[in-house]
Amino acid sequence: MTVAPPNAVETAQSFVLLRLGERRFALAASQVAELVAPSRIFRFPHKSPAIEGVILRRGRMIPISDIADRLNGKKLVTRRFFLLATRRFGTQLDWVAIPVSGECELVSTDMMESGSNDSPHVAGWLSHGGEVIEVLRLSVLTPGPAELAAVRADPAQDSGFRSANASWKEALS
Amino acid sequence: MQASAVTRAPQPRTEQIILFRVSGQTFAISSASVQEVRSVDNIAGMAQDLPDSTIRKVRHSIRRGDRTLYIVNAALHFGLQPEPAALVFFLRRTRTALLVDGIEKMATMSRLQALSLAFQGEERNWYRGLTALDQTVIPVVQPEGFLSLSELTLLEAAQLAADTRAIAAETSGAQPQ
Repeated sequence: MTVAPPNAVETAQSFVLLRLGERRFALAASQVAELVAPSRIFRFPHKSPAIEGVILRRGRMIPISDIADRLNGKKLVTRRFFLLATRRFGTQLDWVAIPVSGECELVSTDMMESGSNDSPHVAGWLSHGGEVIEVLRLSVLTPGPAELAAVRADPAQDSGFRSANASWKEALS
Repeated sequence: MQASAVTRAPQPRTEQIILFRVSGQTFAISSASVQEVRSVDNIAGMAQDLPDSTIRKVRHSIRRGDRTLYIVNAALHFGLQPEPAALVFFLRRTRTALLVDGIEKMATMSRLQALSLAFQGEERNWYRGLTALDQTVIPVVQPEGFLSLSELTLLEAAQLAADTRAIAAETSGAQPQ
């Protein structure tokens, strides 16, 4: 049996489980605003490759970021919904639409916080339905000033994600 | 006697905008930023070539009074496939004359949403923000965003070279054979 690292902290929270292709991920429910059917994507010239365009939702223009590309190495083929999530940039709260390929599920469970060996996009781990699921850190997966500052400070992160800490996964499963 | 004053709800701030097309893409600009609109044919004889320009989107300049304006190809500025431009917008309080494909219409904008901070590229200088008109999202351009200070410096050098060449040509042409 593998023992969890001594700094592991378990915190009970609500999470939204989302499907991106073959894999499931989780986001803190507090970051999720709503799940909407895919709507028209408005595209205009820009130089932010991680942003595909914007959708118009209740008068608000929300950028779309396909994080499956970064997590699975390929864009989603089927988009069933847009998960509207919030991101905080300093004092400003911003929205981002994340295409997902299946139904989302709200669960309440304990999260084990990520360790120093985990990829920067992993905020923690949770165990649900026999699966070990990464809890995503949106600030790393979607572009923004904080992410850029972090990348500049640590050029090693530029090369991609580090492999996940296997022993933590074992501890949870 | 009862006061007859009626309390009115504050009117939302609105702004007149021009919707224009560049390579099939629609943009908006505040009409207050556009000093004059001319057809390309109309200014063809007045434009001066800038062969030394290292800024790909600027190939010509034009004199307006005592000022030199640089003619910016909007399609190249936005990284779009250029199409034959039909109109030139002379932008107020800038050194930019903007080549565009055409005007779609005039409209009134009642809300300008700042660009999300997820946008982190040059577009932060290009646009004032986004607006929604008839359920369509339109980027609202920033008139000062077409030429940066460093680009202007390079263009001034190219302009000086073009002027010097023109003076030299005139001088040599005026000399008796």
